[in-house]
Amino acid sequence: MLPPNFEHWDAILKGLKESLEIAVLASFFGILIALPVGLLAARNLMPAWVSWSARALIAAARAFHPVIVAILFVKAIGFGAIAGIMALVVASVGFIGKLFAEAVEEISLKQLEGVRATGASFAGVIAFGVLPQVLPRFIGFSTYQFDSNVRNSTMVGVVGAGGIGAPLFVAFQRFEYDVVCAIILAIIAVVFLAEVISARVQRIFGA
Amino acid sequence: MPSAPGSAAARAWNRFTPAERLARFAVYLAVVAAVVVSAATVEFIPEFVYDAPEQMRDLLVRMWPVDFAHYPRGVHAALVETLHIASLGTLLAVALAVPVGLLAARNVTPVPALNYLAKLVLVSSRSVNSLVWALLFIAVFGPGALAGTLAIAFRSIGFVGKLFAEACEEAHPGTIEALAAVGAPWASILTHGYWPQVKPAFWAIVLLRWDINVRESAVLGLVGAGGIGVALNTAINLFQWNRVAVVLLAIFAVVIAAEILVTQLRKRLI
Amino acid sequence: MAQAALAIRNLSKAYAPGQFVLRDLSLEVAPRGVTAIIGPSGSGKSTLIRCINRLVEPTAGAILFEGRDLTRLKGAELRRARARIGMVFQEYNLVERLTVMENVLTGRLAYVSPLKAWLRRFPPEDIERAFRLLDEVGLSGYERQRADSLSGGQRQRVGIARAIMQQPRLLLADEPTSSLDPKTSVEIMTLLRDLAAGHAIPVLVNMHDVELARRFADRIVGLAGGAIVFDGPPHALSDARLAGIYGGESWLH
Repeated sequence: MLPPNFEHWDAILKGLKESLEIAVLASFFGILIALPVGLLAARNLMPAWVSWSARALIAAARAFHPVIVAILFVKAIGFGAIAGIMALVVASVGFIGKLFAEAVEEISLKQLEGVRATGASFAGVIAFGVLPQVLPRFIGFSTYQFDSNVRNSTMVGVVGAGGIGAPLFVAFQRFEYDVVCAIILAIIAVVFLAEVISARVQRIFGA
Repeated sequence: MPSAPGSAAARAWNRFTPAERLARFAVYLAVVAAVVVSAATVEFIPEFVYDAPEQMRDLLVRMWPVDFAHYPRGVHAALVETLHIASLGTLLAVALAVPVGLLAARNVTPVPALNYLAKLVLVSSRSVNSLVWALLFIAVFGPGALAGTLAIAFRSIGFVGKLFAEACEEAHPGTIEALAAVGAPWASILTHGYWPQVKPAFWAIVLLRWDINVRESAVLGLVGAGGIGVALNTAINLFQWNRVAVVLLAIFAVVIAAEILVTQLRKRLI
Repeated sequence: MAQAALAIRNLSKAYAPGQFVLRDLSLEVAPRGVTAIIGPSGSGKSTLIRCINRLVEPTAGAILFEGRDLTRLKGAELRRARARIGMVFQEYNLVERLTVMENVLTGRLAYVSPLKAWLRRFPPEDIERAFRLLDEVGLSGYERQRADSLSGGQRQRVGIARAIMQQPRLLLADEPTSSLDPKTSVEIMTLLRDLAAGHAIPVLVNMHDVELARRFADRIVGLAGGAIVFDGPPHALSDARLAGIYGGESWLH
């Protein structure tokens, strides 16, 4: 296994780039969908039938490991990065949606009442009464999920959903352990970098 | 900050200071740039996506009827193995994570060099995905549940150890100082000072990780590390979709059952 | 009264069936001045105030405001009516993580589209007026502070500025000084009375401090068991009358 074999560094770089693209797009769309879904799932803001539908959606999105979801998308859409993106979007909606809904359910109702008494519309109450209370936590969950998506985007390739996982698994099956080692080291470096960036973004937004 | 009262004419107001606005703008710009660049370069085959709804329907049609007869023959044993992998892996992880976590907690171990070393161990454990850990252990021990159990354990050390160390650091110093003041030995300070305070957090962390590990151990079989993932992989490779369906249903049932169990246990223990 | 700012007709409220907190209560509020509602805990003061802007749903009766029955309004109409009624709360009910300026601008939410509100694109005249109001409540220069960094008295000043920012035709205040120390209470009541008079807004305030009510109100309404048992100017509120409102006499001496 040692020393790591970086001979195919261009292939490693290409795989890592695709993994990052998967993680970026999946996080972007996942966060975009999770924000409304999480709000809809909060039982203190929504009528019961809305919150229960949203909760069912979140539970379904969380039921399977992203790699299993990736298998299903690979069968439906074919091999490649799109299947990986879809799988990680599902995972992001499940994770952020659940935690965000819980955060919304813990907000102070007094602050909400203060905004409601001014005659603000429902959207106005959300914008001024709800979001200021929960946005820092939402950003915390989102950056954590971005980290998590970076990790998983390196793995969905094992089932054919794009990224560095494919060359990793191929090298492993060919017993080229020095290449495996090189790829793993590259993955760890990227995961580390993602964590540093997330921490920085959280600080800027006061989360 | 105060502006002179009376200077009433057209005072401007912005939510953020210029520096804050700049930092936020930089983040927005970076996000947009990352999304645009990714979307432009990622491999995208439109025909595949247009086709997706039909393919999805086709997949579901092929899964029906679910081959429940396959469950006792090919799924049940694998499912039990998955639970064993998750539970043993969690136990092993806890056994290893508690000493490392104690070393990482700055108030328990007031030696910065040891804290740093322990944190390094925890970070490395977390930054390697459990599938990668599985690959490594398969390379060493060959395919099977042993590799899976070790993979779960090694991935969980970082998670359990980090949260356990944080719980220790939040412990109230009062009781601990009182014990130290009467000359209690180090072991008694741990068992009588720290343990009662971190016990609820400890059980919460262990249960949470076990819940996660049940989900994770279900995929380890895809790379050959035992459990129900092997059954899933076989069925997929043979295009036996009604068997895939029964495996997925089994995983779904176990995940839901684990979540309910954890919720109930947490109510009792904490 | 020729033209009351607010007329409550036969208002009843029961949180549980048969257990009335307010019974068949009628009250008219003049278009000027401070009306104080006093009464023992549980007499329905807070419920009465909250029924008016429908933070609490009345069980029966009518509340006439600007020619409409508030108890019958729904949706957008209710929100429009609420926008015309300012409210000051006991625990301020500011949005803690927002700045002072944002909290004051909350008073204009009914008139700004949600998107513009989210982007904090309020009309310049609103921002200008918010600055003037901050000057009036004595918080010049505090616009960038977050609400959770303020003292209780300062928060209530922001709460008053937020209510006046709505340009309301009626100001409700639910125990506005109960969370404050005696000195700050007097300052806040002075501010509330003077500001409301300056903007020609009638005030309906409930309070448990009788002395404060005597000092600041033009009219005092005594509530006991969900019904009005006293209604008159402060000087008419004798010890005997007080005993009638609160029951017993020993606490007076």
